[in-house]
Amino acid sequence: MELTTVWFIAIAMLWTGYFVLEGFDFGVGMLFRVLGRNEPERRAAITTIGPVWDGNEVWLIMAGAATFAAFPEWYATLFSGFYLPLFLILVGLIVRGVALEYRGKRDDAAWRGRMDLMITIGSLLPALLWGVAFGNIVRGVPLDAGHEYVGSFGILLNPFALLGGLTFVAVFVTHGAIFLALRTTDDLRVRANRLATRTGGVAAVLTIAFLAWAQALRGDTVSVIVTIAAVVAFAGGLVANLLRREGWAFIGTTSAIGLAVVSLFVALFPDVMPSTLDPGSTLTAVNAASSSYTLKVMTIITAIFLPLVMLYQGWTYWVFRKRVMVAAS
Amino acid sequence: MDTLDLARWQFAITTVYHFFFVPVTISLVAITAGLQTAWYRTGKEKYLRLTKFYGKLFLINIAMGVVTGLVQEFQFGMNWSDYSRFVGDVFGAPLALEGLLAFFLESTFIGLWIFGWERLPKLVHLGCIWMVVLGTQLSAYFILAANSWMQNPVGFRYNAARGRAELTDLWAVLTNKVVLVTFPHTIFAAFMVGGAFVAGVAVWHLVRRPDTDRDVFRSALKIGASVVLVASVGVAISGDLQGKVMTEVQPMKMAAAEALYETEKPASFSVFTVGTLDGSKEIFSIKMPYLLSFLATGHFGGEVKGINSLQEAYEQLYGPGSYKPNIPLTYWTFRLMIGVGMASAAVALWLLWVTRRGRAPSHWLVWLAAPLPLLPLVANTFGWIFTETGRQPWLVFGLLPTASGVSPSTTSGEVITSLVGFTLLYGVLAIVETKLLLRTIRGGLAGTDDPPDTAPDQPDKPLSLAY
Repeated sequence: MELTTVWFIAIAMLWTGYFVLEGFDFGVGMLFRVLGRNEPERRAAITTIGPVWDGNEVWLIMAGAATFAAFPEWYATLFSGFYLPLFLILVGLIVRGVALEYRGKRDDAAWRGRMDLMITIGSLLPALLWGVAFGNIVRGVPLDAGHEYVGSFGILLNPFALLGGLTFVAVFVTHGAIFLALRTTDDLRVRANRLATRTGGVAAVLTIAFLAWAQALRGDTVSVIVTIAAVVAFAGGLVANLLRREGWAFIGTTSAIGLAVVSLFVALFPDVMPSTLDPGSTLTAVNAASSSYTLKVMTIITAIFLPLVMLYQGWTYWVFRKRVMVAAS
Repeated sequence: MDTLDLARWQFAITTVYHFFFVPVTISLVAITAGLQTAWYRTGKEKYLRLTKFYGKLFLINIAMGVVTGLVQEFQFGMNWSDYSRFVGDVFGAPLALEGLLAFFLESTFIGLWIFGWERLPKLVHLGCIWMVVLGTQLSAYFILAANSWMQNPVGFRYNAARGRAELTDLWAVLTNKVVLVTFPHTIFAAFMVGGAFVAGVAVWHLVRRPDTDRDVFRSALKIGASVVLVASVGVAISGDLQGKVMTEVQPMKMAAAEALYETEKPASFSVFTVGTLDGSKEIFSIKMPYLLSFLATGHFGGEVKGINSLQEAYEQLYGPGSYKPNIPLTYWTFRLMIGVGMASAAVALWLLWVTRRGRAPSHWLVWLAAPLPLLPLVANTFGWIFTETGRQPWLVFGLLPTASGVSPSTTSGEVITSLVGFTLLYGVLAIVETKLLLRTIRGGLAGTDDPPDTAPDQPDKPLSLAY
């Protein structure tokens, strides 16, 4: 296989990992004020993602850095073209990261209230905007012959991309609720389970609409099959949630998000940034790629270290596998 | 201002701000790991309490370092897309290595350390913080390798057809002679910051509340001040080596550091100069003969090239244009870096002297406690401003002018939006962080000797390390 294809798959994997992992901690971040009725419940909800959210976010840093190294043209076009959405995503992630670390550092209700609001906004904003960004990547954007983005911010807010944004939010909320049901006890667990059922229906409708539209735009047989698999996995997750089989429900949403992201990348390949102006201006995995030497060294290093990373990140989930109980207030 | 100036301001502001947290993180995690190791080995409770206290301060600090680091990675592509196109093949690799080898390690093991106190065996838990230490060191190495490549590009060839630099030897990039001297210099400088932080906080407690946890804070004072002293020796030695490498690969930067317009042999080091506004004529100065020759070349009689002759040489090499950085800025930041750094070492030495053999620190010492942690931090900042502005007008020395790296499609409106946005956000966060730090410092060791939570999966109390 061409190394450019290998790296396209690697980038797709990194984004998949990112959305599967940060997807549930975004979900918890958007939900914990709604689900947690008092401080002990909210703290318990936040504690479920406490040990892992930072590590989850590194998948994004890795996706960015790997794109920079393996596809510099893609990185340059994407990041300069999607300037304002990325700026807002950064603001969201900054506010959220600080608030997650600081909320428990002062025993003061007003302080925690502010931090909680920051966590909610900081989880909602990136979830929404990543959906918008991915919608636009799949749909294509105006690129000139030099692969420069020549559109405005408004162009990025097209109906398809906005649907993508809403879909991401709804799916992550459901994913987060199911994660909470899996990781908490008692009342909180029951409420998370019920909430997942309610948001799951909305998420399912949005997901089907968004993925079908994406396939209509640029799907092929394989991507359509993967899309169907994603929808089936999501439905399976929701059924498991109804049956209160929390582990299976989480596996369901995890696979659904993973497969959905994969289906978008499969539909995109061999392009990485389609141009809506002229097919000749489209960035492809080949014309965006680094030299073969760079790709080769990076392949060797990644092949050695990525499994190691997955091993110790997996260990973290094992160490913190017990359900988090709500402290007696 | 046009997009270029705005993008440069944004890079300067976000980078200087980010680097307020980096040196504290690098050193404080290592000192915390050392304290925890001391507790593990000796079983003395004071080390455990110090581990928890400084560990909490470290966590408050690293949160800011992490989130501001995200901006750094994104803005290469956002504001400097032509730079990214030009260097991605080379520069991206160390950046990706930083993510893969360092960031995953740091972020994962920090979670295990924070939440694993009662859940992991003691030795495994201790190992977790050492993994974070390893992560911060690797991170520093890779990002400095990337930066050093911009100071002294090696291990690449220029591909004219694609108009970009392409990597030919990753090992050469990772063993660039600039990174080999810059890494120890940066790490030692970071340890001056962390040591001063530990010592400054301890002095404050000893003076303000002399009866509370006196022995514990005396230990902290000694540890912190000693770290500053040892690190300052390392900074001096590595800085001297760095000066010689810099003279070799970036002679203009050394000339600018000295505002040396004419080539001199031997050259003297000026401690202080008042010159005309453009810096080209001096009115008054204090000079130390032969010193610059030694700093630059290792010989007291060595020749140091002046700005004017280097300008001529560069014009021949690269075509017409100005190859001079902002001379007053490089001259003063170079001096302030050295001067403020030396001052912080002197303060640390003096602190050790006045508190020797159980002596109590006098009350007015508190005035030193506050600025002490800031001195080396300021020196670090000046060092970075010096080294980055001294490279101008180049983004990648000799290859890519700064003006050619900016994103062509980005509008000044977009850059203004993000510049104002980040600056405001960073300003607010600075207040929040400082307040929280001061509050936590004031709180002292209270709560660090609490018995551990017995129910292992209860969310921890707010005062402990977790949420």
